[in-house]
Amino acid sequence: MFTIGLTHFLVISGLLFSLGVFAVLTRKNAIMVLMGIEFILNAANINFIAFSKFGRFGVQGEVVALFVIVLAACEAAIALAIVLNIYKQFATVNVDEINNLKN
Amino acid sequence: MNETLMTQLSILALFLPLAGFFFTVLFGKKIKSMYLFEIVIITVVMIIAALLAFFKLGYYPDAVFISEFTWIKINNLPVFGDFSFNLGFKLDNISIIMLFVVSAISTLVHYYSIAYMKGDIRYNRFFAYLGIFTFSMNGIVLTHNLLMMYVFWELVGLSSYLLIGFWYEKKSASDAAKKAFIVNRIGDMGMLLGILIVFLTYHTFTFDEIFAQVAQGVIPFNSGFWLTVMGILLFCGAIGKSAQFPLHVWLPDAMEGPTPVSALIHAATMVAAGVYLTVRIFPMMTGDALLFVAVIGMISAFIPATIALTQTDIKRVLAYSTVSQLGYMIMAIGVGSYVYGFFHLVTHAFFKAGLFLGSGSVIHGMHHEQEITEMGGLRKKMPVTYITFLIFCLAISGVPFFSGFLSKDGILAATANFGIFTGHWLIPVVAFTVAILTAFYMFRLLILTFHGTPRNQHKYDHAHESPKLMIVPLVILAVFSFFFIFTPNPFSAQSGWALSTWIKPPHSVVPEFARYSFLATAPAEGVSESIYTEAYTESIHHIHYSVLFGSLLLAGIGILFAYLFYQYKKINADKLANAVTPLYKFSRNKWYFDELYGATFVNGTIWLSKALAWFDATIVDGIVNLAATVTRLVSRISGAFDNYVVDGLVNLTATLSGMLGLILRRFQTGRVQVYLVFVLFSIIVLILTFA
Repeated sequence: MFTIGLTHFLVISGLLFSLGVFAVLTRKNAIMVLMGIEFILNAANINFIAFSKFGRFGVQGEVVALFVIVLAACEAAIALAIVLNIYKQFATVNVDEINNLKN
Repeated sequence: MNETLMTQLSILALFLPLAGFFFTVLFGKKIKSMYLFEIVIITVVMIIAALLAFFKLGYYPDAVFISEFTWIKINNLPVFGDFSFNLGFKLDNISIIMLFVVSAISTLVHYYSIAYMKGDIRYNRFFAYLGIFTFSMNGIVLTHNLLMMYVFWELVGLSSYLLIGFWYEKKSASDAAKKAFIVNRIGDMGMLLGILIVFLTYHTFTFDEIFAQVAQGVIPFNSGFWLTVMGILLFCGAIGKSAQFPLHVWLPDAMEGPTPVSALIHAATMVAAGVYLTVRIFPMMTGDALLFVAVIGMISAFIPATIALTQTDIKRVLAYSTVSQLGYMIMAIGVGSYVYGFFHLVTHAFFKAGLFLGSGSVIHGMHHEQEITEMGGLRKKMPVTYITFLIFCLAISGVPFFSGFLSKDGILAATANFGIFTGHWLIPVVAFTVAILTAFYMFRLLILTFHGTPRNQHKYDHAHESPKLMIVPLVILAVFSFFFIFTPNPFSAQSGWALSTWIKPPHSVVPEFARYSFLATAPAEGVSESIYTEAYTESIHHIHYSVLFGSLLLAGIGILFAYLFYQYKKINADKLANAVTPLYKFSRNKWYFDELYGATFVNGTIWLSKALAWFDATIVDGIVNLAATVTRLVSRISGAFDNYVVDGLVNLTATLSGMLGLILRRFQTGRVQVYLVFVLFSIIVLILTFA
C-alpha cells in the first residue's frame, strides 16, 4: 500500500499540461485548441492545489485556483466569441487556413 | 554778360546738339520733318556761340573763365594719396573762337545738307549724326581737362565713323569708315599712354594744374626725356585725328562720306581737333617734342601736296590738300609759332569748308560725277559756285586780301626764323615748296573743273547751278575768307584784332634746359609779354618783308604754272607726265602708302593672327584635349572601381540580406500554432541553457 504524495499530483498535472500543449499545437479545430488551453489551465490549478496541500502556504493555493477557474470561464467566453466571429469571417474554424498573419 | 551766364550758355551750347541728336534719332522714323528740330537747335547753338564770342572777345579778351566741379574724389589711395577728378569748362579766347568756328560751319553745313541730301532714305538720321558730331566737337573745344577731352575725342571718332559710313550699302564707304576708325585708334592709343603718364606724374587731368606743376619743375620720372616722351605721346592723338604722317591714309578714303560731312568733319573741324590739342598742350611741350611735331608736320605738308598734283577725283584733291594744310598748322606749332598755327586753323576752316561745299555743289550739279576729267567749262553753268570757289582757291594759295595769305605768311616767316635760330633749314625749304605746290594744284583743280571746254558734253548739258540753300552757305564762307574779318591790314595780320587781342600765346612752362632757346621764360608777375626772346622778335621783323615777297612770288609761280599747263596748254601736262613716268606714277598712286601698309601692317597682322590661330589650334587646343583625354581615362578607371568594387560590395550586402531573408521567411508561416511551437521550443532551449 502506498500513500498518494506530491509527486503523484505533479505527474498528473505534468501529463495534463503535456496533453494540453499537444492539443494546442496539433489540433486543427479552433475549439479543440481552446480545449487544450483549458487543459493547461487546469494542470496549473492542480499544481497550485497540490503545493497548497503539501506546502506551508495555507489556503492561498486554493484561492489562486479559484481565480484561475473564473479567469478560465471569462477566457472561454471571449475565445468562443472570437471563434464565432472567425467562423463568420472565414466560414471555417480550421486554424491552418487562418494564416492572415503571414505577409 | 557775366561769367556765370557765359558758363551757362556754353553748357547749353554743348548739350543742345546732344538733345537734337536724341530726339531726331528717336522720332526721325515716325516724323518726316524731324530734321527741322535739329536745324533749329543748331541755329540756336550758333547764335549762342556768336554771342559768347562777341562778349568774350569784346569785353573780356584777357580773362579766362574756368568752371569746374569735382566728379570723383578718392581719399587715402595707396601710392596716389588723395586725389579728385575735376570736370569742367575752360572759356578762353582760343576755345571761344573755336566754338564759334565749329558752330558756324556746322550750321552752314546743316542748311546746305537740307538741299544736298534731299531724297536720301536716311534723311533724318543724317541730321541726327551731325548733331552728335557737333556735341562731341564742342566738348573737345570747351573742356579744361585731358580726361574729358579724351572722351569727346573718341566721340568725334565715332561720329566720323558713322558719317563716313553713312552710305554703308557701298562697300567702299563701309571700308573707309572702318579704316578711319582703326587708324585713329592707333593714334588714340598713344594719346591714352600720354594721359596715363600725365596722371601718374601730376595726379590731375586739368591743363592749368599740369602746367602749374611743370612750371614748378615737376616732370615725369625726374627726366626731361620723359617730358618729351609725354608730349610726343599726347601728340600721337593729334597725328591720328589730324591725319598726319604716317597715319594720314584714312582721310582721303574718308571722302566716301557725303560731301557736307567732308566739309564739316574732314576739312574744317574734327581734323583740326588734333591741332587744337597740340595748341592746348603747347606750354608743356619740350624743344625736342616740338621738333618732332614740326618734322611730322613738315612731312605731312609735303607728301600729300605732291600726291594732290596728280589726283583726278575732285574730293580727293581737296582731301590731300587738307592733310597738307593740317601739316602746315602742326608744323607752325612745332616751330614755336603757336599763334599762326591756330590762326591758320581758323582761316583754313572757313575756306576749306567752302572748297568742299563748292565741290559738293559741283558734284550735285553734275549729278554725282566726281572725276575732274569729266568736267570743264562749268563756269558758265554754275557762276556763283565758280566765283566762290575761285575766292577759296585764292585764299588757300596765299594771295593777298584773303585770309589764307595772312596765316600762311605768318607760318612761313616762323619757319624761316626757326631755320635761322636752330639751323633746321629743311623745314622752311619744304614749307616754301609746299606753298608753290598748293597754289599749283588748287588752280589745276579750278581750271580743270570750271575753265576750258566741256570734256563730257552730255554731262555738261545736264549740269545746273545748285539751289539757293547750297549757294548761300558758300557765299557766307567766301565772306569769311577775306582779310577784313581778322585784320584791317591785308598784308599783315600782326596788328589786326585777331592776333593782337584775340589769340594770345601762353608762355612755355618747360624747364629752360629742355625748351627752344628762343622761347622766353614766363615773367614772375602776370605781365603780358612776348613769349619769345627779344632776338627772335627782332629777327621776325627783320625777315618779315622778304618772306612776304617770297610767299607772294611762290603763290604767283604756282598759279602761273597751273595756267600754263591747263589753261593755255603751253606745256603739255601729259607729255611731262610721260617724261617722268616713275615720279608721276609714284604720285598718282599716293606714294604707295596703302600698298605699303597693306603689305606690312595688314599682312603682318594677318600673318600674326594666322600664327596665333595655329598656336591656338595646335598647342592650346592640344593641351585642352590632352587634359580632356586624361580626365576621361581617370573617370573610366574611377567608373570601373565604382561599378565593380563599390557596387559589388553593395550588391553583396543585398544578396546576403536576400539569402538571409530567404531562410528567415520560412519561419513566418502566419499560423499561430507554428509560432507557439517556436515559443515552446525557445523556452525549452532557454530553460536548458540557464537551468
